Amino acid sequence: MKTIKVEDVTAAVRRLAMDACTILGDDVIQALERYQVTEESVTGREILSRIIENARIARTEKIPLCQDTGMAVVFVEIGQEVHFSGGGLLEAIHEGVRQGYRDGNLRKSVLDPLSRVNTGDNTPAVIHTELVPGEKFKITLAPKGFGSENMSRVMMFPPSAGIDGVKNFIVQRVEESGGNPCPPIVVGVGLGGTFEKAAFMAKKALLRPLGTPNSDEVLDGLEKELLERINKLGIGPMGLGGSTTALAVHVNAYPTHIASIPCAVNIQCHSCRHAEVEL
Amino acid sequence: MRGKYPVSFVPPRGGRTVKSEARKLTAPLDEAVARELRAGDSVILSGTIITGRDAAHKRMTELIIAGKQLPFSIQGEVIYYVGPTPAPPGRPIGAAGPTTSYRMDAYAPLLMEHGLRGMIGKGRRSEEVKQAMMRWGAVYFAAIGGTGALISKTIKEATVVAWEELGPEAVRRLVVEDLPLIVATDSRGGDLYVTGPEAFRK
Repeated sequence: MKTIKVEDVTAAVRRLAMDACTILGDDVIQALERYQVTEESVTGREILSRIIENARIARTEKIPLCQDTGMAVVFVEIGQEVHFSGGGLLEAIHEGVRQGYRDGNLRKSVLDPLSRVNTGDNTPAVIHTELVPGEKFKITLAPKGFGSENMSRVMMFPPSAGIDGVKNFIVQRVEESGGNPCPPIVVGVGLGGTFEKAAFMAKKALLRPLGTPNSDEVLDGLEKELLERINKLGIGPMGLGGSTTALAVHVNAYPTHIASIPCAVNIQCHSCRHAEVEL
Repeated sequence: MRGKYPVSFVPPRGGRTVKSEARKLTAPLDEAVARELRAGDSVILSGTIITGRDAAHKRMTELIIAGKQLPFSIQGEVIYYVGPTPAPPGRPIGAAGPTTSYRMDAYAPLLMEHGLRGMIGKGRRSEEVKQAMMRWGAVYFAAIGGTGALISKTIKEATVVAWEELGPEAVRRLVVEDLPLIVATDSRGGDLYVTGPEAFRK
């Protein structure tokens, strides 16, 4: 049995919020650099160059990468041998988000959906907990901006739609989104499960480091095919035309019901931000 | 923790830079200047602009419809669709990249009718907005979405001029110096969001 003080969780989440909003991962920078070489549009290359420059400024001067510092999505993996002391785990995470967004001068974008009155501290966070074996405790914080989140969709297909129906839906969703989600984008896809399982898988797919292959051979092939089709759309950086529309397509799958093919597409802007820590 | 790269990191540069070919403009804009601009032009903008996004547009529209005076002028003004992060100590503003423009489409034609000359945002505009741009001689600039840190360096001053209670959505007056933009939609109906992707579609 391992005991974790919830005040340590709060401190970790505070740090993760500030880091995630100012530090773009190596994998994303490298993907942007790779595509800058192959981008066919002069304007597109210029845009990619400015996006990379923005990441350098954000990191060295501690200015948020983007003014939309998002809604805090927190993925927590909790070992079943872990015990928490000193208070509630979920409240400790919300408190970490509250402190991180305050102390990091991050934008508070969270409000009541009906009254549209801002909560003032970017809480509540959206928290996903998963139980895992052993004493592991891992927190990943992914600030999600809504320019891209608004372009996301869930579709419940009849089995007759087949894999072609699913593929066309994903490509069409990217095409209809155009420049709105700040391409080059990362496309997270959740295939199977139920309505909410598909959406969860699509979001979690965004956390996989860019440039790493899918561990499932069939899904890996699907990802490559979708990426190629998407980059032929011509949307390009910021939707102004070019050969770089997506940096990656990541697909997670799960068995589903005989009556359905649930498919969720979660679109992520080029600022594919997240930070993680194990306590 | 992820996200480490060497501090000595220097971004590679491909192709031309905007600065070498861009046209320098000063805001507020004359109608004649706005009408000369063409979709695809690179622009470096200096001068003063105002900010406004969803909630501010709703209020401006309500005041105009009610026949009341706006608390700031929009004559010849360029409006930047931005909701910045709070300014850290010693800086005028935090990260300040563009927000998605289509959410302002319902309000934009009325503002152009009342003198608005330019808009800065990201993403496609509606047919109604394009028609109003042609009629009133306005221009729509694209800023590079997500480059909030980079753009913040071009903002020299930021003052709240109305509706402070809206927080990041309050209307601010910004003094900008060398803000790099691309003309996305012009006053003749030219639209880089249409012609750009068409040119590269395979």
